[in-house]
Amino acid sequence: MLRFIARRLLETIPVLLIIITATFFMIRFVPGGPFTAEKAVTPEILRNLEAHYGLNQPLYRQYLDYLGSLLHGDLGPSFKYPNRTVNEIIGDKLPVSLELGFISLSVALALGLTLGVLAAIRRNTWIDYVCSSAAMIGICVPTFVLGPLLVLTFAIHFGWFNASGWYTPIDRVLPCLTLGCVYAAYIARLTRGGMLEVLNQDYIRTARAKGASETRVIFRHALRGGLLPVVSFLGPAIAGILTGSFVIETIFQIPGLGREFVNSAFNRDYTLVLGTVILYATLIIGLNLVVDVVQVWLNPKLKFE
Amino acid sequence: MPSLSPQSLPSAEVTPDQLEQGSSPWHDAWSRLRKNRLAVAGGVLLLVLTLLCVCGPWFSQTYQDQNLDLGAVGPGRDHWLGTDTLGRDLLARILYGGRISIMVGLVATVVALTIGVTYGAVAGFLGGKTDTVMMRIVDIMYALPFTIFVILLMVFMKEPSENLDAWLRNTLHLEGLQGFGNMLLLFAAIGAVEWLTMARIVRGQVLSIKRMEFIEAARSLGYGRRRIIFRHIIPNILGPIIVYSTLTVPSVMLLEAFLSFLGLGVQPPMSSWGALIKDGAEKMEEFWWLLVFPGSVFSLTLFSLNFLGDGLRDALDVRASKD
Repeated sequence: MLRFIARRLLETIPVLLIIITATFFMIRFVPGGPFTAEKAVTPEILRNLEAHYGLNQPLYRQYLDYLGSLLHGDLGPSFKYPNRTVNEIIGDKLPVSLELGFISLSVALALGLTLGVLAAIRRNTWIDYVCSSAAMIGICVPTFVLGPLLVLTFAIHFGWFNASGWYTPIDRVLPCLTLGCVYAAYIARLTRGGMLEVLNQDYIRTARAKGASETRVIFRHALRGGLLPVVSFLGPAIAGILTGSFVIETIFQIPGLGREFVNSAFNRDYTLVLGTVILYATLIIGLNLVVDVVQVWLNPKLKFE
Repeated sequence: MPSLSPQSLPSAEVTPDQLEQGSSPWHDAWSRLRKNRLAVAGGVLLLVLTLLCVCGPWFSQTYQDQNLDLGAVGPGRDHWLGTDTLGRDLLARILYGGRISIMVGLVATVVALTIGVTYGAVAGFLGGKTDTVMMRIVDIMYALPFTIFVILLMVFMKEPSENLDAWLRNTLHLEGLQGFGNMLLLFAAIGAVEWLTMARIVRGQVLSIKRMEFIEAARSLGYGRRRIIFRHIIPNILGPIIVYSTLTVPSVMLLEAFLSFLGLGVQPPMSSWGALIKDGAEKMEEFWWLLVFPGSVFSLTLFSLNFLGDGLRDALDVRASKD
């Protein structure tokens, strides 16, 4: 197991390096810089600005400098917010996005697993049909339709929630529900499929024959095997929830990193874009690694593939 | 595996007229599909929606016709689905937007399909080290935050794509191609992301088929690799390819709408369902119909595509294989 983890950790280093390099050069080779936007500055000021941020150095020099400071965990100054570093901005905004993501994932798991298990153990009854249809609706109604519709209904029409903002616990309800529902739908489908496959197997019959109660059969025996497809979906789900937050944070005007990333891309705030991409990539790759480890732990057969 | 050949031979007791009715695997799949009511409903709905989007605008006002005095009015007799704040008919805009959305969905799927099938077939056919390296690359790319790259690409390639537009307009005098650069960028960006699953599936299928005798026969006839891959292998894995293409279209359309919602996809004055939803979400407090109708049409399309795709998967008996 330790060797498996070590090998996967080693593999992430070149991947991260490729991501950093690709992003770095992609944003540098494209016309238009961070200072070409709104008001025109005189050539002298532009030169001073570029000298201040080291943009007058040759490109490979900038790249190496960036990698050097990255090793110290320094993501550099922001181009658009004077006197603020990228580290500060991320430190400010990331907790909000993480909270949104964490609650949404919990919602997705709680809702998805419940619906999926219910549908599987009551197969081909009305419970199954209701759960499965709910899952299909969740898959086909994207977050950017569901979110505004929820706001329209529950915030504007009934006035139960605020339409936007991120101040009180009650402000968390609509955004997290929106983001969680989509993934709950996928999880419900996968759980149902996984459970159905497992429930037909011999060891379940053995457990029943030994007189284990139905609850015990489902929760102790079937769920562990039935959860495998769900666990392998968690990697993509986490990536999806992180990037899904771009839309959710825009809809609900949440001051998180997702909205900041989209804005920074529009503003060509090089360092902020780079910093955010690196952070997201590390997060996604790291969480994927955790998911892989959990998967091998649940299903040791995978270790040999 | 739904291999199409060799065809199953009728057993000895079959009378000659029964023999005539022997059905091909495609025919079997078709009759299985017809029994799946949800898939048929999805297919019919898709057909109707596509026809409406393609032909509808011939009979209605254009999506740019404005009536500023009118402003935004709710659904009524003159404008069945109401109008937007510039007094443009919403139904016409949904139909025009649908053209763009459906076109993006189809073209980007073809891009993803071409890359994915070629890549997967080559990896599976060559096997060995080449295969290991090629599939490892796919595994690694799977773990990348790809949406982020698509967003970056859309933002940073905006100017070059506008330059291409200007060049087409001014040098080649192609007026009709407004927003062409933007669309090209969208196809490339989405196609570059969506081919991964297709490559995996095709590789798995090729691996299982390349040891079959008819491939050996082709090889012994002295055919080259390219001919064997494209003439002998790919036609025999059409089933899974069709199924996953049908399932790729909704995810492509979803990505396009996601980008348009963030203001990065289709640019005005062109419109797509994603762009209409974005517009509607901004104005829903006063004008609910601007959100509800485009949102419903878009969701209905995704529903139909998913049901049709699932139905096809069952009918062609394709199982997802990861390796």
